[in-house]
Amino acid sequence: MTIDVTEIKKDFPVLQRHINGKPLIYLDSANTSQKPVSVMDAMEDYYRQFNANVHRGSYQLANEATAILEGSRDKVTSFINANSRQEVVFTKNATEAMNLISNTWGREHLTDGDAIVLTELEHHANIVPWQMLASEKNFEIRWIKIDDNGHLDLSDFDQLIRGAKLLSFAAMSNVLGTFTPVKELTSRAQEMGLTVHADASQYTPHTKTDVQDMGIDFLTFTGHKLLGPMGIGVLWGKESLLESMPPFLGGGEMILNVTKEGFSTNELPWKFEAGTPMVAEAAGLGAAIDYLSDIGMDEIRNHEIDLTDYALQCLVSEFGETMSIFGPKNSLERGGVISFTFDGAHPHDISQVLDEDNICIRAGHHCAKPLMQVLNVGATSRVSMYLYNDRSDIDALVSGLHKVRDLFIP
Amino acid sequence: MASLDDLYKEIILDHYRSPRNQGELEPPAHRCEGFNPLCGDEVIVFVSLINNKIEEIKIGGQGCSISQASASMMTEIIKGKSVSEAEEIIHAFKEMMDIYESELSGKETDGTSSSIDLGDLEALQGVVKYPVRIKCATLAWNTLTQSINEIQNIDDSL
Repeated sequence: MTIDVTEIKKDFPVLQRHINGKPLIYLDSANTSQKPVSVMDAMEDYYRQFNANVHRGSYQLANEATAILEGSRDKVTSFINANSRQEVVFTKNATEAMNLISNTWGREHLTDGDAIVLTELEHHANIVPWQMLASEKNFEIRWIKIDDNGHLDLSDFDQLIRGAKLLSFAAMSNVLGTFTPVKELTSRAQEMGLTVHADASQYTPHTKTDVQDMGIDFLTFTGHKLLGPMGIGVLWGKESLLESMPPFLGGGEMILNVTKEGFSTNELPWKFEAGTPMVAEAAGLGAAIDYLSDIGMDEIRNHEIDLTDYALQCLVSEFGETMSIFGPKNSLERGGVISFTFDGAHPHDISQVLDEDNICIRAGHHCAKPLMQVLNVGATSRVSMYLYNDRSDIDALVSGLHKVRDLFIP
Repeated sequence: MASLDDLYKEIILDHYRSPRNQGELEPPAHRCEGFNPLCGDEVIVFVSLINNKIEEIKIGGQGCSISQASASMMTEIIKGKSVSEAEEIIHAFKEMMDIYESELSGKETDGTSSSIDLGDLEALQGVVKYPVRIKCATLAWNTLTQSINEIQNIDDSL
């Protein structure tokens, strides 16, 4: 079944905007997605009708607020097919979720002489927390390289994971769009005793996520890339693992009891949720999940395959050798993210010229500087698509890129 | 409304396509790197300072048209100048770029506050209409300032 993008666009107020008389062409969803009306309504509703602090009210309003927060947790639980709601921890964003893993599981398990394995595809959020801990604990960080098509090069994988404690990788690259072989990496790593974390910030918004099928130990993602608000992310972990980990931030909510002598931690998932949580954001995230589920993640994925195919074909046929497109050529092996460079025009200038026609794309290093070094570029232009984009957006991009070429490539 | 013609003047595109004084200088020339963390641009300024005069200046690194053109024009105007002359030019250029400061202080921006003729560099004035690009235009200049400071600190410690 195909999705009706014309109808979907109507649900997104910002996509109705015209700036200087021209419509908005939003092709930066890997950066942050736009939000449907239902998400904004859910958040506003919470503040208009249900605002009270959660988990501690002895009155109906507070109970309703708690039900909103915990109801969203249930939605996340079934959206990613977690075993139980105890396994779903709300964080500020994916970055905080990864810092939580490094500061609790990492601090407990990693020490001098140990090793962890990352990939060259990683976002800084899955690099820097580990580097920070490594400078303290003195463990080694090993890197899975990529090949010329932007796939992981697994030729020395067994050697890389030998003796390592953790494998942590992006399920989909935010720069190249590459889908990494999650199940294969996970089963091979777990056989060797490694714990496995998948950064699903780009993956979960665009394709069906089933943590049990993936077999991983930890999954992290952020709400704002999947139609939800900024300010909420998710850490999912196997219950036994989360149980064994020390708490992250300390304060209210995460305790069972506090005395002058010390404290005991609350049960899961609240053990990792210190302080008053982001209830309106949770309401928004729940509404986003409802919206995506109503359309269907498989339908969304199929739409993006089709659109990515179209975009790749247009770019290659219009600009040929003057454009370098990075990452897998086959749209079945990649998400709707296309990074490219243009001979004679810097990414920053490309996005500046496109902005004249309200075409929003990202220019820069995409918080993946080690990958930029591997690709031997300082920056790329990145186009990223979602369920509300269609071929007309790609056509606008192509005509905008012709303007870039006319200006910079005489 | 700002238009692209304000930003991408022909002289800017010319310096971008054919940057002047590109390359490296061997030690004892001073080497200083500058980064724009926003877009990953990187500039390396090589300065050979002899008897308080900038005898040679070269630019390495990579970046967008604005940062590259600004760096290229900077080398042309700075080369052969004394440190104090260079500092005056840097000041005049940054004043031209400093839209926020002039707005905040209510200063008149009639361009007469400085007697320095910036020549081709005046073409970069259009950048102030695109605030995120100001950092691109000033990257090489900030790196040159840092370079001069570092050289003077080395001299002081001798």
